[in-house]
Amino acid sequence: MSAAGRSTALPTGAHDGVVAEGLGKRYGELWALREVDLDVPPGSVLGLLGHNGAGKTTAIRILTTLALPSAGRASVAGLDVVAEAARVRERIGLAGQYATVDGLLSARVNLEMVGRLYHLPRAIARARARELLERLGLLEKADILVRTFSGGMRRRLDLAASLMGEPPVLFLDEPTTGLDPQGRNDLWTLLRELVDGGTTLVLTTQYLEEADRLADNIVVLDRGRIVAAGPPEELKARVGGERIEVTLASEEGLTSAAEALSAFADGQSVTAPEELRVTMPARAGTRLVEVVRALDAAGVDALDVHRREATLDDVFLAVTGSHGSPETPATEALAR
Amino acid sequence: MSESSTAAPGLATRLRWELSDSLMLARRNVAHVRQVPERLLDATVQPIMFVLLFAYVFGGAIHVGGGGYREYLLGGILVQTLTFGIIGPAISIATDLTEGIVDRFRSLPMSRSAFLYGHLISDLASATLALVIMTASGLIVGWRIHSDLPHALAGFALLVLFAFAMLWVGMLLGLLARTPDAVNGVAFILIFPLTFIANTFVPAGSLPEGLRQVAEYNPVSALAAAVRALFGNPTALPSAAAWPLQHPVLSALGWCLLILVLVVPLTIRRYRVRTAG
Ligand SMILES: Nc1ncnc2c1ncn2[C@@H]1O[C@H](COP(=O)(O)OP(=O)(O)O)[C@@H](O)[C@H]1O
Ligand SMILES: [Mg+2]
Repeated sequence: MSAAGRSTALPTGAHDGVVAEGLGKRYGELWALREVDLDVPPGSVLGLLGHNGAGKTTAIRILTTLALPSAGRASVAGLDVVAEAARVRERIGLAGQYATVDGLLSARVNLEMVGRLYHLPRAIARARARELLERLGLLEKADILVRTFSGGMRRRLDLAASLMGEPPVLFLDEPTTGLDPQGRNDLWTLLRELVDGGTTLVLTTQYLEEADRLADNIVVLDRGRIVAAGPPEELKARVGGERIEVTLASEEGLTSAAEALSAFADGQSVTAPEELRVTMPARAGTRLVEVVRALDAAGVDALDVHRREATLDDVFLAVTGSHGSPETPATEALAR
Repeated sequence: MSESSTAAPGLATRLRWELSDSLMLARRNVAHVRQVPERLLDATVQPIMFVLLFAYVFGGAIHVGGGGYREYLLGGILVQTLTFGIIGPAISIATDLTEGIVDRFRSLPMSRSAFLYGHLISDLASATLALVIMTASGLIVGWRIHSDLPHALAGFALLVLFAFAMLWVGMLLGLLARTPDAVNGVAFILIFPLTFIANTFVPAGSLPEGLRQVAEYNPVSALAAAVRALFGNPTALPSAAAWPLQHPVLSALGWCLLILVLVVPLTIRRYRVRTAG
């Protein structure tokens, strides 16, 4: 509203997807976002990755016109997010980090209201609400007050609301946080369908695996700045795909364990002496049995040997040499 | 998928959306009342209780010249109930702001002001309902309008204008409050003195020195006196009453307009600040 009158200042190379140039947001002394450049071609998926407090939500809020940038510019669907905010809103859908649905209305009435506020004709709003309720598995609960919904159901309804306007550009802020594995898989499938249909998608997550599953490009944020960017394969090539972790009974074995593991390593292994743990990026096709044999042959007294996917922490470690700034560990965020 | 035209909509379309968006949000508030009917108590049961309480419990002890106490009472209760109308929009707006639903609205291509207008429309409807219920209960306990039709209509119009002004005050309060609970405390501190240090239930002249002056310049007193005058009910004014009570209709109108001129821009500015990222 305050920016009516302001002339458009589209970032260079603006297109029907999302483009940002030097985007920044300051809260008092804190730059929540700083010098962020983004380029999300139409019909592609960008995964914004980062720990709590990295600036993901701030970026989403600016791109969806909920917050004004302190620096830089951005375009969504070819429109300036500040000067043409009203028209940007006609072309976007948003499911924020916390569900924004009306607890005192039923799921169906929530969706029909959102549809009407997208200025859809009544009959179309009604039909689309029904279709989305069905697609997101909420049809049985369609006429029940939303305040009785579980967290996962609220999130699904919020997502349905973001799809009511059939937006060409969709923003999802931590869409799978709080969902069970089944719900997570269903959501991934749904998002894949939308993207195949031409939707441009920007989603944030704290999980490397999720970004890897969905995104064409990943941007890793740390304390408001981009610390890594590129297609998932490229990032994974930098950090290695899988990790093998060995936990020891005592400190003595640490060096010999690291040595024994180097035969299977695809990069530098990391030793955490306090936790008596050695972590190694494993070469593709490494068999756990062979690792155990090698450790045994080296006389290492291992309490636990296991294989896991690379995590966001591993990315930070590989990119910056530190663990980033996890204000809250991802597991806590999940429990919230 | 993006077949909608890229041109900005014209003025006529924007006005139509402004109206339909506001009505949509008003309907949402009405749907809320259906889920939380307690919210309508302010507008329904409470005024009836006040009419009965004062007419039958205190009425015998209070004497007002120029007609029965009930004839005097109703103008006061009408204005008091509409003053309590501050609380409704204040609580619903404060609640919406804490629940994040405003972010949903702000991400939609709806009119930004529709959120405020939606509350205004639904709360004006409930204030009108309260007005009808109080008028009916007044008639039942023996209150009558003694003026002609134009004066009676002017009386109701003045009451609706006052209700409108109070709703804006309520919206401002809701936008200033940090939580819905904070609203109740602040609203009562504001409303109780306003409605009791006034000629609402007893003539201002019967109040002790000091309070009497406050009552004489209280907008609630001006409103109550104006409504009584327009309905042809006893005003119980001493000949030495302060200027606002000598000219109640004029000062009541002035108060309503003054409140609106001050509060409407503040509310709109506050709304923008509260919802700016
Ligand atoms: N409205 C605000 N006022 C002050 N600081 C804020 C505000 N919103 C976010 N921040 C701060 O900005 C940083 C980035 O926050 P956020 O974008 O929410 O991160 P993320 O979504 O990645 O967890 C954090 O340090 C957060 O405390
Ligand atoms: Mg966030």
